[in-house]
Amino acid sequence: MTPFGNREGEWLRDLLAEAGADCLDDAGVNADSIDHLYVSNMASGELEGQTGAPNMLAHDLAAQPAYTARIDQTSSSGGAGIYAAWQSIASGASEMTLLAGGEKMTHKTTGEATDVIASLTHPVEYKHGVTLPSFAGLTARLYLDEYDAPRASLGKVAVKNHKNGVDNPKAQFRKEVDLETVLDSPIVADPLRLYDFCPITDGSAALLFCPESVAREMTDEYVVVSGVAGATDTHVVHERPDPTTMRGVVESSQQAYEMADRSPDDVDLAELHDMFTILEFLQFEDLGFAEKGEGWKAIEEGRTERDGDLPINTSGGLKSKGHPLGASGVAQAVELVEQLTGEAGKRQLEEPEVALACNVGGFGNCVTTTILETPEAGQ
Amino acid sequence: MSDDSHELTAFRYPDGSLTYPGHPRGPGGQAHVDTVDLSEYTAEVITWTTSTATPPGVRQPNHLAIVEFDVDGEPVRALGQLEEGNVDLGDEVEAVYVEELRDPDTGIREPESQEWDGFRFRPVQE
Repeated sequence: MTPFGNREGEWLRDLLAEAGADCLDDAGVNADSIDHLYVSNMASGELEGQTGAPNMLAHDLAAQPAYTARIDQTSSSGGAGIYAAWQSIASGASEMTLLAGGEKMTHKTTGEATDVIASLTHPVEYKHGVTLPSFAGLTARLYLDEYDAPRASLGKVAVKNHKNGVDNPKAQFRKEVDLETVLDSPIVADPLRLYDFCPITDGSAALLFCPESVAREMTDEYVVVSGVAGATDTHVVHERPDPTTMRGVVESSQQAYEMADRSPDDVDLAELHDMFTILEFLQFEDLGFAEKGEGWKAIEEGRTERDGDLPINTSGGLKSKGHPLGASGVAQAVELVEQLTGEAGKRQLEEPEVALACNVGGFGNCVTTTILETPEAGQ
Repeated sequence: MSDDSHELTAFRYPDGSLTYPGHPRGPGGQAHVDTVDLSEYTAEVITWTTSTATPPGVRQPNHLAIVEFDVDGEPVRALGQLEEGNVDLGDEVEAVYVEELRDPDTGIREPESQEWDGFRFRPVQE
């Protein structure tokens, strides 16, 4: 995984190659062993005029004649890439699959990048100037009103995730913020403020997939994909009966839990898609970690802190680590792999065995939930 | 407020449900059987926001709301700009036609690919 942030002078090609080569070196795998190579990416054509990224990466890593494909599921492209890579192994089509997610964004203004992301909306939404942050504002107001949650609870999500990011050498922001700063920051989408939102980011992350029998011969430091599933919700956000429920999260997690033969109680840590602070509450509830409308109490009770009973976003999350669209879902899994293999440095939790990643595209339009475990977890 | 030449068109499906916008297939995979002009009805504010970081071609600040119409007992929601911010949840609003909601020539979307006129919402004026 590359450092996330403003990678001035480096473009998608550079970022993917850096993460891909590091991943292969770390695993001790030669590029000529790769059968399939996937690139998770949302908008390289729109953002930098570069298409054909998978073939580009295959050549730069000397991985030809590997089969290649681009996985675009907007902000959940990374999670969708995990699903595709897992399918390639499970089906027997590939014995070694490289997945690299990446995006180059910081050369665009905030307005331009926001417009590219908002282009995923339906025409009746787009013509009103709707942005993903404005969906977050609409939903946050409803959530706070409906569940009598304090505004400060959202701010505490930002404080927690910034604190976690300090110990992540790859994070875009490695600086703590206090609650007062968060709550006094400029309004972006009322009632949400600047620190309720993730930044615009350049970066890439990569993972290698193979059958467990192959991994076992190569190393002791691997994790198992025990559950993975994806689901969609309405394209038009206002057509959802309850805007505070993300049906894609509910559906994909239920399928992933069933596949892994796990329940929410089994999860030791999770990386959630905190593109906006309100999303951490919605996913926490829709993944079954709390009853509807009770998710905000977890941050108030310290449950989601690193020393809590269910740490959320030990990497710093999208909020602090950054959100290079196509890379984010892959980077979530990189954090979980590091935690499960004891390689998370100062962020390391005490011997976690089961971890979950929830990667959200659009405003819950499409979602992938992945459950990773240590090889010993199920024994 | 209805405008004779412009409609805020919702689709009605065989099960009686409504969607705005309409879709080629609705609940149960059924095509629509009727349309309803929502601009002839008033609606209730479900939630709203004021966006201060707007993309190119969008007014700043941009007040937005999700509202719910009650069409003879059948609910249907729409998202749209508000004329002004600082409404309250539950406020009653009406639709007002606007020829151009954002500048079609400055965003990423192909101008010819969609319509740019539509309806803003404002509190019902007694």
